[in-house]
Amino acid sequence: MSAVDVQNVTKRFGQTVALDDVSISFEDGGFFALLGPSGSGKTTLLRTIAGFHFAETGAIRIGDRNVENVPVEKRDIGMMFQNYALFPNMSVADNVGFGLRVRKVAAAEERRRIAEALELVQLGAMAERRPSQLSGGQRQRVALARAIVTNPKVLLLDEPLSALDKTLRVDMQIELKRIQREIGITTIFVTHDQEEALTLSDRIGILKDGRIVQVGPPREVYDKPVDAFTAGFLGDANWVPESWLSALRLPQPANGHSFAVRPEALSMAQARLDGMNAVAGRLTQRVFAGAMATCLIEVEGQKWKLIARDRDIPEITGDGAVWLNWRPEDTMAVRA
Amino acid sequence: MTELTASADRRRLFALLSPAYLWLTLAVFLPLSAMLFFSFLTDLPQDNPDWSATFDNYARFLTNPTYAILMWKSVKLGLMVTLGCVLIGYPCALVLARTIKGRARETLFLLVILPFWSNSLVRIFSWAIVLRGNGMLEHALNWLLPFELRLELMFTTHAVVIGLIHSYLPYVILTSYLALQAIDDDLVDAARSMGASKLTILRRILLPLSLPGLLAGAVLVFVPVVGSFMEPRILGGRMGTYYGTLIEDQFVSVYNWPLGAALSFTLLAVVLLILACASPILGKART
Repeated sequence: MSAVDVQNVTKRFGQTVALDDVSISFEDGGFFALLGPSGSGKTTLLRTIAGFHFAETGAIRIGDRNVENVPVEKRDIGMMFQNYALFPNMSVADNVGFGLRVRKVAAAEERRRIAEALELVQLGAMAERRPSQLSGGQRQRVALARAIVTNPKVLLLDEPLSALDKTLRVDMQIELKRIQREIGITTIFVTHDQEEALTLSDRIGILKDGRIVQVGPPREVYDKPVDAFTAGFLGDANWVPESWLSALRLPQPANGHSFAVRPEALSMAQARLDGMNAVAGRLTQRVFAGAMATCLIEVEGQKWKLIARDRDIPEITGDGAVWLNWRPEDTMAVRA
Repeated sequence: MTELTASADRRRLFALLSPAYLWLTLAVFLPLSAMLFFSFLTDLPQDNPDWSATFDNYARFLTNPTYAILMWKSVKLGLMVTLGCVLIGYPCALVLARTIKGRARETLFLLVILPFWSNSLVRIFSWAIVLRGNGMLEHALNWLLPFELRLELMFTTHAVVIGLIHSYLPYVILTSYLALQAIDDDLVDAARSMGASKLTILRRILLPLSLPGLLAGAVLVFVPVVGSFMEPRILGGRMGTYYGTLIEDQFVSVYNWPLGAALSFTLLAVVLLILACASPILGKART
């Protein structure tokens, strides 16, 4: 287990710049999510750390070793792929033991470590099965066991949960987090699922167009996005129209900044509340979704969204004129 | 009710399949059964009205050792050519499927299947020009090398093997290529991430997963080569007497169709026997 350090890495594919002077550190034993829309370079960054391709410029360190010129076979990493990439011609045990056999681990030791890794992912009974005889979630676990059985320095996950259905995905998230804690391995996780990134990781790095936009703990990135892209990408953001700014209490001077509010920070009332920021609008739609409900409110021609527990949203009668109130400290200021 | 639809389904299925069966009957079953019939006759009915039924044609294969010797020679030739095609074709397919990308791959693929587009006689005679004494190959080698070299390739078993490998190589390349190309790139990436060398990846992942394709190609080469007659006759000269040329002689020169037919069916039986014996090994390799 080791820290991973990426410094000033640039990677081009022909004319397109996939990574543009990226610098980012992953601390030892942390669970780090790389998040971004497709084409943002997150997978390229992961594969560059893994060593599947080499960066044109920049340095990559895994632990105390400079690896930018080391090919993937020699980097001592564990990797999990989107479609699991289990070897169909081998049993579960042979899949897990592949990396051990490559490293010429003694047979008894190999058996012990395979059993240990399968026990860790709770698949001890499946050792002799073929991958084709397993369910999606079980294949996932085998892939994880295979990636960690060699005690790699870093575990790299390339959208490993995106092929699972939702309930299974949540189970696997919990499982993944538990196993990562248990063995304390530095983990870098690529995803385009914001919720997954927020749930799983200690730190999040947000990428856009081959650049790192923001790095920080999930709560910080969610509550204090640095720009409009991050604010809109990690959850919804309601943008405050300029005409209202003078009437609001803002966390900082307005010059060069835009201001936004998260949908769940809003409360809806027929009056403006004391000590709160507020804008006036018209309720156009209320969508009931069990415990929660979503309201769409038109504010100066913009669509605002409010999310709250259904029972906390008052019934609005008449023409739907409402005030949306929120605490001044919930106003997010981002670079315009 | 369900029975009714089932029988209706069956009738419709039969109606849809009948053209294919009709074609198979006309093109394969009838000629083959005619040949099987001839193989049990003393003479062709249209040539000699005194024809009668006999097992003599098959008995001759057992009594005259020449036939069995030639059969063994042909089987050996088949094994040699198949081995040559596998050793040359599989690496070609490997490079084509796993390393070359885009336009270059299409161009090379075209070059691979080019032999299929040329007439086989033209192809064989071209080889004769290249291989014969004082031919193109010797000229080229003597121009390159400082000393005089005589290969004496023409009219040898080597010439036959070279010609046959050239003719049948595309089968192995095509079937192996298709099998190799279907292997997910992520499998190779996963193996690399676990520290596997190129050789380990070939041995433990690419080869096992593409073996069905390679074996299909080997069978496609072996079966026709055992019965081949054109390449042995033209490139082998005096050395070129094989079981295939023996059968051809019965039909073309000796005009003993019943014996030719009997020899053909014996060959068919032997080839099927070989494949049947090999099938447990082939089946095992598949899992």
